[in-house]
Amino acid sequence: MRHPIRRSAQAAVAVATLSLAAACGGGFDDSADQQESGTAPLTMLIASSGDAETQAVQAQVDAYEQESGTTVDLQVAADLSQELAQGFAGGNPPDVFYLDASRLADQADAGNLFPYLDQVDDLDDFYPNLVDAFTYDGTQYCLPKDFSTLALEINDAAWSAAGLTEADYPTTWEELSTVAQTLTTGGQTGLVIGDTRDRVGAFMTQAGGWFLNADGTEVTTDSPANLEALQYVQENLAAGSFAYPSAVDAGWGGEAFGTGKAAMTIEGNWLVGAMEADYPDVGYTVVPLPEGPGGAGTLSFTNCLAVSADSDAQDAAVDLATYLTSADAMTALTQDTGVLPSRQSLADAYLEQFPERQAYIDGAEFAQGPVNAPGVEQVLIDFDSQLGGLATGDPQAILESTQTNLEQAIGG
Amino acid sequence: MTAVPAPAGGLTTSPAREPGRTRRRRSSGQNGAGWAFSAPQVVLVGLFVLIPILMAFWVSLTDWRGRGSPFSTGVGFVGFDNYATILTEPGLPRQDFMTSLRNNAWYVVFVVPLQTGIALTLALVLTSKIRAKSFFRTAFYFPTVTSSVAISLVFIFLFTGAGAVNGLLGLVGIDGPNWFSDSRGLLHLAGEGLGLWDASSPPAALTGSGPLGLSWWDWLSGPSIALAALILLVVWTSAGGYMLMFLAALQDVPADVQEAARMDGANAWQRFRNVTLPALRPTLFLVTTLGLIGTWQVFDQVYLISQGNPAKTTLTPAYLSYTSAFETGQWGRAAAMSFVLFAIIVVLTTVQRYVMRDKDAIAEKRAAKAAQRRRSSSSRTTFFHAGR
Repeated sequence: MRHPIRRSAQAAVAVATLSLAAACGGGFDDSADQQESGTAPLTMLIASSGDAETQAVQAQVDAYEQESGTTVDLQVAADLSQELAQGFAGGNPPDVFYLDASRLADQADAGNLFPYLDQVDDLDDFYPNLVDAFTYDGTQYCLPKDFSTLALEINDAAWSAAGLTEADYPTTWEELSTVAQTLTTGGQTGLVIGDTRDRVGAFMTQAGGWFLNADGTEVTTDSPANLEALQYVQENLAAGSFAYPSAVDAGWGGEAFGTGKAAMTIEGNWLVGAMEADYPDVGYTVVPLPEGPGGAGTLSFTNCLAVSADSDAQDAAVDLATYLTSADAMTALTQDTGVLPSRQSLADAYLEQFPERQAYIDGAEFAQGPVNAPGVEQVLIDFDSQLGGLATGDPQAILESTQTNLEQAIGG
Repeated sequence: MTAVPAPAGGLTTSPAREPGRTRRRRSSGQNGAGWAFSAPQVVLVGLFVLIPILMAFWVSLTDWRGRGSPFSTGVGFVGFDNYATILTEPGLPRQDFMTSLRNNAWYVVFVVPLQTGIALTLALVLTSKIRAKSFFRTAFYFPTVTSSVAISLVFIFLFTGAGAVNGLLGLVGIDGPNWFSDSRGLLHLAGEGLGLWDASSPPAALTGSGPLGLSWWDWLSGPSIALAALILLVVWTSAGGYMLMFLAALQDVPADVQEAARMDGANAWQRFRNVTLPALRPTLFLVTTLGLIGTWQVFDQVYLISQGNPAKTTLTPAYLSYTSAFETGQWGRAAAMSFVLFAIIVVLTTVQRYVMRDKDAIAEKRAAKAAQRRRSSSSRTTFFHAGR
């Protein structure tokens, strides 16, 4: 070291330069963007299933711009949760965004959401259990824009080839087992269902169980009802009349169903669009899920139009969200995209147009939403990964470990 | 303190620096110029590497939920709680993290030796007297320059249950597995094949207990069949790139020593073992180091192909850290994971450097250093020595 002092001085200058640069980096606060009220430009971040959906939303947004004079920048996310996370961390989130019901508790708990349902007058037109899916800790956060439920899809050709008639459509677990057994022949499996809580969970609700109790305060995963459901699925998996998609070399239930590897599947109303696009020649019938020992049960999947707590223009954002969930806009938006209107008043008109979607709509009355508690995602992923081995696994052990993990996640 | 990253020369055994008295006198002016020229890079590295790393370290010590700045007043400081959650406290977070480390360790154990061995073999083949060298060079190198997204998608199709790979296996009478959805561990299967145990009812001695939240049975599963398919993919992709490094190094193997060995009656294997291989030592070190660092950070193939499935057997720390942050919003825990991963990589690279050190060169250097110390009191400590 010839010039220790000079060298450390140079290093100090370098560090100072860095700190300065970093400090400047912190200066991108958007406080300067504050606009006069009424004309604040809004950003809206959505996830889209494709061009048709994007264009349908864009059309409604354009109509809103015309009516209100507010400009809306509609952005389609490639990965919604990642882009949302970036927006929240950067302090510059989109004003309005799609939020899946399964993500509500985490986002609400982190304080990212602005609850606006107290500003909505016709809230009772929305299905109550969908609004419940967007209620966390007693606060109702956002309006469900549409929903989907699960039903049983039956391949007509396979059905009649097995000598079955409409009278044989299964309405109980026993009947489901029987027809699945009958339909299992050669390369065809009776029922192919996804190996996640989003499909197997339907059996849990039909048995009268679920991960949490009704008000989400207590973990009830290791209940006898849930055990009965898993045992039922396990027995049928072992018998070969039920199978997971990977076992029949399919990506999901719909693919197995469309390619004829499955005579029945349990999927939601998105299957309708997928069948039209990929397997237009397969004739099929949609019937309600069979009832279990706990009665009828299905699962619902829904997105809401959430408003950011950090939005600069919350009033305008709420205005946009309510506009897009109004009866007119919802009718247009649920037209081509295969989702169901979340307003009860629209159900009749919708069914007149799409009578074959009756079973999906009917599920809305009693459908169970996703697990509504913060910090449980990893636990549920773990549950899913254990479901993959259900055929040879121990249902009691699966439920017990999930019970422990959920208690830990919710308690801590 | 210096913000300059460690010179790459530290990885190789560069010749000892000449004292050069006349140059030293001028070095003060050169020093300023050196800083001036490197300033843009120092600023860039600092701004986009050093400061983000420090910020991430801060995040790993907080309960930040991903809203607003992690330095704002609402963010709670939790000390090393996040580290405790993934390292010491029994529960799902630790189990997940340990599972990911288990998977990645098996992945490294298979990928690094395989890709290094294959790269070296390919390089040796290409320096021998074969025809159409440039064709094979391009062919072997091609996977490396192809986008990993494209390759991953092709592999998804190749390795489906009714895919091309199983079709080929079927020709020789093997009923191939459903690769990317098969979570059975290779060692479990091997043990069953040898009659050591029955994988469906593993020995109680192994399942009963084990370190860090996983049983010995889980730790010793070996890579799952799904992970094995990922291993094949990565070895195939990266071997070509490392081959190029060996190819370059092979040009530098002194021909006169080769010739002398031949004159002394050494056969091809002896010449390889005692002349070529020692000459390749710096490259071998470079390749294994880069391989080690790269394989511990595997992310894109997991993200594209398996997302940690089946049964979490392709979960890796990098992917788990990503999902913990972006999917489930546990930013502190995710940052803690990446620092643990960083520590693992540093420790393993240090161990590897110790194992692969050149004992002759060290002895020579030590002698030279002692001689230099006798000449003048100011001796320099090189990066190479500092790590010892």
